[in-house]
Amino acid sequence: MNLLLILPIGLPLLFGVLLLLVWRHPFLQRSLAVLSAALQLGVGVLLLIQVSRHGIHAVQLGNWPAPFGITLVADLLSSIMVMMGALIGFVMTIYSLYSMDSERAAFGYYPILSFLLMGVSGSFLTGDLFNLYVWFEVMLMSSFILLALGGDRAQMEGAIKYVTLNLFASGLFLAAIGILYGKMGTLNMADLAMKLQTIEDPRMMTTIAMLFLVAFGIKAAIFPLFFWLPASYHTPPIAVTAIYAGLLTKVGVYALIRVFTLIFTQEPEFTHQILLVLGGFTMVTGVLGAAAHYEVRRLLAFHIVSQIGYMVMGLALYTPLAVGAAVFYMAHNMLAKTNLFLISGVMYRLRGHYDLKKLGGFYKTYPVLAILFMISAMGLAGVPPLSGFFGKLALVLAALRAESYGIVVVALFTGLLTLFSMVKIWTEAFWKEAPTADASPDEALPPLVGAERRSLMIPIFMLASLTVLMGVFAGALLDLALRTGEQLMNPAEYIHAVLGEGGP
Amino acid sequence: MEILFALIVGALYAGAVFCLLRRHLVKLIIGLVLLSHGANLLIFVSAGLSRNPPPLIAAGKLIPETAVADPLPQALILTAIVISFAVLAFALILCHRTYQSAKTDDIDELRTTEL
Repeated sequence: MNLLLILPIGLPLLFGVLLLLVWRHPFLQRSLAVLSAALQLGVGVLLLIQVSRHGIHAVQLGNWPAPFGITLVADLLSSIMVMMGALIGFVMTIYSLYSMDSERAAFGYYPILSFLLMGVSGSFLTGDLFNLYVWFEVMLMSSFILLALGGDRAQMEGAIKYVTLNLFASGLFLAAIGILYGKMGTLNMADLAMKLQTIEDPRMMTTIAMLFLVAFGIKAAIFPLFFWLPASYHTPPIAVTAIYAGLLTKVGVYALIRVFTLIFTQEPEFTHQILLVLGGFTMVTGVLGAAAHYEVRRLLAFHIVSQIGYMVMGLALYTPLAVGAAVFYMAHNMLAKTNLFLISGVMYRLRGHYDLKKLGGFYKTYPVLAILFMISAMGLAGVPPLSGFFGKLALVLAALRAESYGIVVVALFTGLLTLFSMVKIWTEAFWKEAPTADASPDEALPPLVGAERRSLMIPIFMLASLTVLMGVFAGALLDLALRTGEQLMNPAEYIHAVLGEGGP
Repeated sequence: MEILFALIVGALYAGAVFCLLRRHLVKLIIGLVLLSHGANLLIFVSAGLSRNPPPLIAAGKLIPETAVADPLPQALILTAIVISFAVLAFALILCHRTYQSAKTDDIDELRTTEL
């Protein structure tokens, strides 16, 4: 069990180094990358099974007792996120095998991807705020390289904005950590949660909480801090964009959920109200941005922002059902969103551009792709019986029970506009006749056959079927999400798992 | 002493924001450097300035005899300095490559990926 907590970090590190060593052997490197991602996924599934059976588990690294040493903690939220992260890593590795050009692969795409997954798992598993900062930096460093790898002008411009704003957020995060340490004398999350239960003056904590909100808000791309995302996410190759869409902003949301359920719970009527308002604005601005765009990747990038709003809404409502629904929604969104990017990557591979006005006729020529798109797009928009419907249903139900009717209106309105922009992609790219000017690049590009076809289509097929399965088994999965929400809303179990008998 | 350090931290943050808002790529980097310095110094100050000796325990004892300085903030700052060093080195290279491929160091002209 201890090993299971260390493996999600240790495996990508080990394989990342191995991948660096086999730098000059592309075939070996790719095989090792797939093996590593598959093992990581296996570990993630095992971890989730263990945690859901036996409860929260903590490991004190180096055997230094908490709160003095660094603690790794796997509760339900962490292990769900680790598993989802590993799943996205696995499908993306398969997808990258043929979609990533050999030049980028030769400059270390696979090792860096492995280190990125290490940083993501580390962020999910750590039980210490400063350690969270360190894992964020590991993840950011890898993501900077992936974003800039290749060196196109557009990539460089996107990377400048991405790097600057993320470093600014890290600076704020670090400052917030410093002030928090000065005030409380500890950075272990469980220890903080315990000491803060008896704090006399919560106003100082609320100030620090706002610093954390801005720092994580930039990383999670919530309103009004999201502008770096649509300016940079569409610049790298589609495989990189899909990884970012599936993983990186979700790490920011994870951090928000963690600190605002465990640590900063002194004045929820103030802090969580702010979160609720920000969540609402995030949904609407994101989806309006998406409605205005005709370039598939930019349209989908704005949708990432919009969907983040739903997760923040669940956190802000601050009931077990709502927080659980936010976790369910996050898992669903990682599947559906990543898949939409993958499908747009296939469209680019077949036609050579991402502009909806020039695309068309995919339903006639590639009906399977069209159906897979329909599943993911309708899942994202929340059409029953797919996964997004149950996520939205649980969120709306939680909001109605909390009597926050305003956010219900915003959420349903956003759902409608999401459906609108998904239907826009459907009619433009799949349904309408291909513009005649488009016929020539279609013939110029080689047809999608054989191993390349399998490498691109298997991940899409996997993610689409998982979206369906998540809808079919929504009852059991919502139960799990609800348990996650209850676990998050009752930090005593977490504190006890970390601090042992010294806890409450 | 705290007040002096607080003013220095404030000045570093003000300088950082000022530089970040300039249009020049190199000033952007300088702004990020100042920001990380400000954050490091802030940790140092907010964890408490003291004249206590380093936390070394005499041989044969289990706890230090007098009050000692808290070593943790310094460990945090050291880690943060190493990280910011690596990240800023990357940012510097990134700016150089951007300058090479875009032939400009004016941030206002690096807007082709927006809108």
